[in-house]
Amino acid sequence: MATAIEIFKHLPKKNCGDCKFPTCLAFAMQLANNKAKLDDCPHISEAGRSALASSSAPPIRLVKIGSGRNAIDMGDETELYRHDKRFFHPTAFALRVADDLADDELYRRLSYARSLRFERVGQVLRLDLLELECRSGDMERFVSLVKKVVAETEWPLVLRTKDAAVMSAAADAIKDRRPLLHGADASNLKEMCAAAKQAGCPLTLVADDLGTLADLVEGARREGVEDLVLDPRPSNLKDLLERCTIIRRGAVRKTFRGLGYPIYLAVPSGRDGMLMASTAVMKYGSLLSFEELPAANALPLMVLRQNIYTDPQVPIQVKPDLYPVNNPGPDSPLLFTTNFSLTFFTVMSDLEKSKVPVWLQVVDTEGLSVLTAYSAGKLTAESVRSALQASGAMERSKTGSLVIPGMVARMSVKLNEATGLQIIVGPKESSGLPKFLRS
Amino acid sequence: MEVPVPKEKWTGSIGEMELGASQEKGGSRRPLRLGGNKGLPFLSFEDPAKRTVALAGFVADSLEDVPVSVKQAFGEAVNDPIAWCRAWRERGADLICLHLTSTNPEEMDASPEDAAVTVIDVMKAVELPLIIYGSGHAEKDAKVLEKVGEAAKGERLLLGQAEEGGYKSVAAAAMANGHAVIGFSNLDINLAKQIVILLTDYGVGRGDVIIDPLMAALGMGLEYSYSVNERIRISALSGDSMLQVPMICDCTSSWKAREATDEVPHAGNTLERGIWWESTTALAALLSGADILVLGHPEAMDIVKDAVKGFRGEA
Repeated sequence: MATAIEIFKHLPKKNCGDCKFPTCLAFAMQLANNKAKLDDCPHISEAGRSALASSSAPPIRLVKIGSGRNAIDMGDETELYRHDKRFFHPTAFALRVADDLADDELYRRLSYARSLRFERVGQVLRLDLLELECRSGDMERFVSLVKKVVAETEWPLVLRTKDAAVMSAAADAIKDRRPLLHGADASNLKEMCAAAKQAGCPLTLVADDLGTLADLVEGARREGVEDLVLDPRPSNLKDLLERCTIIRRGAVRKTFRGLGYPIYLAVPSGRDGMLMASTAVMKYGSLLSFEELPAANALPLMVLRQNIYTDPQVPIQVKPDLYPVNNPGPDSPLLFTTNFSLTFFTVMSDLEKSKVPVWLQVVDTEGLSVLTAYSAGKLTAESVRSALQASGAMERSKTGSLVIPGMVARMSVKLNEATGLQIIVGPKESSGLPKFLRS
Repeated sequence: MEVPVPKEKWTGSIGEMELGASQEKGGSRRPLRLGGNKGLPFLSFEDPAKRTVALAGFVADSLEDVPVSVKQAFGEAVNDPIAWCRAWRERGADLICLHLTSTNPEEMDASPEDAAVTVIDVMKAVELPLIIYGSGHAEKDAKVLEKVGEAAKGERLLLGQAEEGGYKSVAAAAMANGHAVIGFSNLDINLAKQIVILLTDYGVGRGDVIIDPLMAALGMGLEYSYSVNERIRISALSGDSMLQVPMICDCTSSWKAREATDEVPHAGNTLERGIWWESTTALAALLSGADILVLGHPEAMDIVKDAVKGFRGEA
């Protein structure tokens, strides 16, 4: 987005207030912060509008695949480093399904794809799409696979073939599902663009080097296709990291606008594929299509994606509840901590290490750590009491006492009054828990 | 069409340092050169020099804190630090990260003298540079590292670890005997800088410090470490001299994540998942700026070796 002053230059400077802001400059500042829309100004000239529209276009185009509630947004990223703001649209994972499978193999593969689904800290991690590949070269066979999968599943789809006639037939058959088409290269660009336009679908451009890729973008836009995805076909990790970095930096820094589109990567099976996929999750990949995605690899990759795409300003929270550790009973001590994931994981790991059976009450502190939550008034005697009550903790641990984090020793008196429990001040650092519990 | 390569114009670089002293320099190690980087990790268009990343094999001289999968992978060797170090050398480790946990005052409580003997024996058996930790008990560690530091004088070990709350004894043990020291901080760029300032104010040369900003494992806060590391590296390249030191990331905490070791429905073979848990953590450390990775499982080391080769364009 342009700065307020750059925007201001294109506004009518009448200060009429029709946009609900007192002056054109005030309106420009709101525009620069994405808090107002250009359309709110009824007096802007056509020249001004088009100048501003192009400068306010996102550095990386937003491309949608699929329709309805499973649709996937890719692109529209604005950062090189997640700490500068955040990464917005998590890398989507697709599993490839070829049309040379027998029916029973197909259904097995679909049910495997469905099984790649995990719940973790309140979020569902799962596969996002299927990529259907025409390997048979047979149009009817491919279209029949595509129709079968559409009838069986709700996943958004990628259609993969270099044959524009086959692509066109398949895309037309399911165009209301808005599949991503893969792919166009220098040999079939015109025909693929025609197929994409006719079905109203986004199109992937494929090339081994970025210069050719940029030429393809220009060609596709001339043909009237704007919803584009790039497949830079890296052959090793170095190419992957460098090509993705060049594409992203050029777009975000606006030094080169010709490659401002989401990145697609085909992931081979085996170790190399897993390394490529992990790298792409961290370094700007929008869509990964897996030849194979073994279950033992899926979870680490999905957790990596969840970690990297977390909003740095909104910590991951765990569910406030009573957690049994090391098979506790009624005589086991009761402790509490906050629902900030990092605090929780650390405490959990130290408690498990102690091998002492305990009950751990997680108190909702809106994802803040112990001391921060206490200082911000999110961790009070009252919030601890109501958490203990909600989980029935005092019926599970009958020791009549509560171990509290050493950092908040000063809560002791109030906690004792609120809960009636004897308060035992635990160690300041979680790492002191094993020793504390054993003694 | 020509696509411009958008290079960042960095003004700083990471300081160079050597770990392990060769015979010419009065030691008996096969030395390792670290640092010297002028760009973000593995971007050859920013920093044409091939990046060195050293992979350290985790070894402990008692077994309380050794992950089960690691014990199984090394078998009998884990009962003998020398055999374990040799196994790592065979596996292609660049250095050894030896935890002298036998000195833990709450467990075996081995003496500093015994620990020093262990270190000397290990040095006789393998020629790789060594990272040496105590057992994590500040008072005892001070004595252990003092003895070990003296016994291995001139070998240029890397001693762990100095923290804001207690750094003088480790620093002294390093300074008196020509060793380097790890400055530890807890997931915060300012604290990372603070420990380097404390150490250098105390007299440790900046070329003798490696920072450990705490590598949180996958699913256990990896995103914090990834961003803290990345910010440290960017600040260093942008000219913050106190952060222009190599970085060490210990990835073995991955084995503490339940998802790395527990049965999870539909999540495949547990061991394989655990190995990838550690490898994925290591990959995040690599891409965010690590110069030394400490790894526990030998297959994770194989995987990470391949990754480094891949990023260097050699595979």
